[in-house]
Amino acid sequence: MSAPTNAVVQEQSGFVVELEQFSGPLDLLLHLITEDELDITDLPIARIADQFLAVINELRLNQAADYLEMAARLLRIKAQLLLPRRLGEDEWEDPRAELVRRLLEYQQIRELVDWLGHAAARRAEQFGRGFRPEPPEAPPAPLVIELNDLLAAAERVIALIPEPVLHRVVPRPLDVEGATARIETVLATRERCGWLDVVGDHPTIVDVLSAFIALLELAKRGVLRLSQEGPFSPIVIERESPREAA
Amino acid sequence: MSPLAKLLEAALFASSRPLTVGELLTLEPEAGETAVRAGLAEIRDAYAAQDHGVELVEIAQGWQFLTRREYAEALDRAQFALRPRRLSPAALETLAIIAYRQPVGRVEVDEIRGVDSGAVIDKLLERGLVDVVTRGEGLGRPLLYGTTPQFLEILGLKDLDELPRLEELSVALRPPAPTEPE
Repeated sequence: MSAPTNAVVQEQSGFVVELEQFSGPLDLLLHLITEDELDITDLPIARIADQFLAVINELRLNQAADYLEMAARLLRIKAQLLLPRRLGEDEWEDPRAELVRRLLEYQQIRELVDWLGHAAARRAEQFGRGFRPEPPEAPPAPLVIELNDLLAAAERVIALIPEPVLHRVVPRPLDVEGATARIETVLATRERCGWLDVVGDHPTIVDVLSAFIALLELAKRGVLRLSQEGPFSPIVIERESPREAA
Repeated sequence: MSPLAKLLEAALFASSRPLTVGELLTLEPEAGETAVRAGLAEIRDAYAAQDHGVELVEIAQGWQFLTRREYAEALDRAQFALRPRRLSPAALETLAIIAYRQPVGRVEVDEIRGVDSGAVIDKLLERGLVDVVTRGEGLGRPLLYGTTPQFLEILGLKDLDELPRLEELSVALRPPAPTEPE
């Protein structure tokens, strides 16, 4: 076993498949058989299985599923052949039969491959019309330019750039609806309340504005009444009594 | 050469692919197929007799002017023409199976080759050497592939009958001889 192992790059790690060498497990198997001039119809399975395993280990094909599957198949046939058979059993089927059939079929394909390859090579000696070679890529012409021209060109390009449109992003818009709901909730349980009751703890400027607009809106709708005892004194919010409203 | 032969010669010269008799017949429908065939033979013989650098070849169910073999190297070297990319063994295997079993599905190709052939078939489809010809019965109605005129063209074959018959191969498919248990 020398020929198939030469081309393998041993120092490379990982998944290496010698694509050129064997087109599949059947190809490798056929190679082993012809190399040793074995009778394909009476395969010494034990010997072939050992050689097959050795080669796929050496060629690092032992990670390829197709090769592994074949290795498993060979080992199973080997095991089946080792099992004792009842004497006088007529219906004994050679466990190698299926493999032999596939090998013969594959061997036929290999012969056809030789024939097709030869035919293609002969055809390649003749050329039809219509061949257009790729146009060779012209080297870029050397750039000749004055500094002023370059600056003028740059200015023209810059002038084409539109002014960027900047938007101020507001993190949270006014939430008048939320504030209205909050005020209504508070007034549902209490007759009157203060400003701080409706803006909540730690109000942001947005909360304050939202609450203020909501209060004005509700006062306008007659839901509540706003009053102040004096300038700058706390705002008192009172529920408009249903009787008065009715 | 006859007027019809000269007309055919012009068409064949202008074409970059093989032209079938049917296609050539559209040049002069009233001439008839027999006359077109005779015209083609006339051109072929004239080029052969006058010892030209090109010859008229019957290929891929049609006819095409091709350069003579003896100029292959010179043309190749000068890069006036490019040889087609060679097909890999895997591609040839797959082509052989498809050519002989067509219409054939991917599963059958996989089984015969003992390896997954999906990528190879995709490449052959891309190069136009095989095509989906029909769908099979059975689960999922698998795509079935067959060879194309392009396949014949790259092999220089007139038609599929020019492929070797299986009986002519040195290994004929035969059932393994039954082994007697000891």
